[in-house]
Amino acid sequence: MTAYLAMSVALGMMLSYVEAMLPVFFGVPGMKPGLSNILVVFLLYTLGWKAAIAVNILRIILTGILFGNPFSIAYSLSGALVSFVIMILLRKTSRFSVYGVSMAGGVFHNVGQIIIAMILVENYRIILYLPPLLLCGCLTGFLVAFLAAAILKRIGHIFND
Amino acid sequence: MDSSVLKFKKSDYIVPVFTLLLSAGVFLFAGSPLYAGSAGDTVKVYVDGEEYAAFPLNEERDIIIKGYAGLDNHLVIKDGEADIVDAHCPDKLCVHQKRISRNRETIVCLPNRVVIEIEGKSEGEVDAVSR
Repeated sequence: MTAYLAMSVALGMMLSYVEAMLPVFFGVPGMKPGLSNILVVFLLYTLGWKAAIAVNILRIILTGILFGNPFSIAYSLSGALVSFVIMILLRKTSRFSVYGVSMAGGVFHNVGQIIIAMILVENYRIILYLPPLLLCGCLTGFLVAFLAAAILKRIGHIFND
Repeated sequence: MDSSVLKFKKSDYIVPVFTLLLSAGVFLFAGSPLYAGSAGDTVKVYVDGEEYAAFPLNEERDIIIKGYAGLDNHLVIKDGEADIVDAHCPDKLCVHQKRISRNRETIVCLPNRVVIEIEGKSEGEVDAVSR
């Protein structure tokens, strides 16, 4: 179990690194594919929510120290935590598939980040960044779910023991 | 794990529908296209929520803004457009944001808590029209 978790953190850091090399899309800050969410969704459906959140927090802090700054850690954590709570709740209802859970996660990641950003810069107009970010979060959430489902189908049973 | 969770379910449609409604709601609440589309004439600079400076959009200018974290943002106003061309923040998201010239458009630098915003002088009238 511990070995799986350590391996997951390493994989997550690689995904974050790849994502950091991608350019900014359409001039909207924060619009990104969320590749490491594939890992979070995978862990949520295999080793459980505790493992998923532990790996994700470690990944954010370590990548922040390596490639980012205290601010990027704070924004990533706020988005990740809001998104995570929503994903756990939706999964608990068992009315949604991995697609619904992941799309909601993508959408609420942006909600969390914009709320923190509005508090920090004390400017409510940046909420106008939210609609494109929400739509993008929903789309990337779908793609993340597609990939996570494909991986779960093939190797999910190894982790599920 | 029940393998049925790997397939798209009907109830999953709730999420995109909710997203569309929320986006539309925020959009209508925070700014209509009419409003945002009108030409602005003043560039306002805010640092940590306080007004730091204001400049006319039609005059060429080159300003270094001292932000919250003590870092610099290099603001250039040229050809009726405001742009941050360089910054000392590590991620440079403000530099990558597109140039602004229209009413209510913003460029934001989060680490430095700098907000550049365009305002038009006929804001009240435009507001009335868009409603």
